[in-house]
Amino acid sequence: MNIVEEINKGEMERISQERPIPEFAPGDTLKVHVKVVEGTRERVQVFEGVCIARKANSINSNFTVRKISYGEGVERIFPLYSPRIDKIEVVRRGKVRRAKLYYLRDRRGKSARIAEKIDRSSKKANAD
Amino acid sequence: MRSGMIAQKVGMTRVFGEDGSHIPVTVLKVDNCQVVAKRTDKIDGYNAIQVGVGLAKVKRVSRQMRGHFAKAEVEPKQRLHEFRVSEEAFIEPGAEILVDHFVVGQKVDVAGTSIGKGFAGAMKRHNFAGLRASHGVSVSHRSHGSTGNSQDPGKVWKGKKMAGHMGDARVTIQNLMVVSTDLEKGIILLKGAVPGAKGSYVLIKDAVKDDAPDEAPFPASIKTQSIEDTAAQPDDEGAVSPEVIPGSPDGVSEGGTSDINAASQDAGDSGGADAESDGKEDDGDEVSS
Repeated sequence: MNIVEEINKGEMERISQERPIPEFAPGDTLKVHVKVVEGTRERVQVFEGVCIARKANSINSNFTVRKISYGEGVERIFPLYSPRIDKIEVVRRGKVRRAKLYYLRDRRGKSARIAEKIDRSSKKANAD
Repeated sequence: MRSGMIAQKVGMTRVFGEDGSHIPVTVLKVDNCQVVAKRTDKIDGYNAIQVGVGLAKVKRVSRQMRGHFAKAEVEPKQRLHEFRVSEEAFIEPGAEILVDHFVVGQKVDVAGTSIGKGFAGAMKRHNFAGLRASHGVSVSHRSHGSTGNSQDPGKVWKGKKMAGHMGDARVTIQNLMVVSTDLEKGIILLKGAVPGAKGSYVLIKDAVKDDAPDEAPFPASIKTQSIEDTAAQPDDEGAVSPEVIPGSPDGVSEGGTSDINAASQDAGDSGGADAESDGKEDDGDEVSS
């Protein structure tokens, strides 16, 4: 294994040990607990929305969460291994047929809904 | 003055700081960095130690060099480089310098050979703006435009920025922070980029513009037996390194500033006081051809 990969792997292991990363996929509704520094105080803020994309690239992996905030669409891209993320919670599994749900950007309300995924293997997914 | 080290650039990645910040790092590998020879003021007229790194195939090493390595009782090295050291910082030949020679958080200067870009145009080489996309410009959208004035001075100033060979030059990056070191694997992580391609060799030294930290091993962090590898900041460093630091505000030149620069340089070269005054006068009526 090359040295850079080794370093990345070490970092990833270190971070995912501190904060386990649940299994989730595009279409899932997530609650991302983000550490926010306000002055000297640190608190946790929750960003809840639909995961519309995931990028898998070793330590550079990230995921995009979209939500409608006060009628305005808001998207945040989180580095998967960022220590600023306190916790990732999967609220709901979504049934989708693509990896990137960018089409949701053009949709509103009813048409932007995602059906819940109910399959046999979801027992395992619900467990975490 | 401590010795420096020779390292091989492995690549870049990112690490996350304790506060959650993202730090871009360059990974450098130090493979068996040993002192090969000593240069003393008495014999050579200056104080330095010669450091070697890597492992060269013996059959590809010349007889003379084999003898040189044998003298220090080290295996043939891939790369050799001398680092100026102060007298107290001498390290005996044969000693191996370890990566914890540099302390986490310390600033270092890294010199390497930048990636060659070949013959590059003025836009790529000097960040010129090129010509317009339309309004009558034909064929020469990426050209540099005018190179100076008219009959007076009737020549192109020396040092005028033009197309030409770019890269493959010695470049020093100053004040890179040591993010971490791995003694077992011989790895140093530096914050930021380092000149050169992956696999190229670079020289790491204590930063010239920052005091070496007190906890830095002096004269060097040495593997068990002997001492070696303290950073040297040879004076020639600054002179040799070309000012190729990209992004320097070399103002996409439009006559004015660059002309004055060129003029003053010229004055130095050819001793023409009139050259400088010319440059100033020209500024007024700098209608380019």
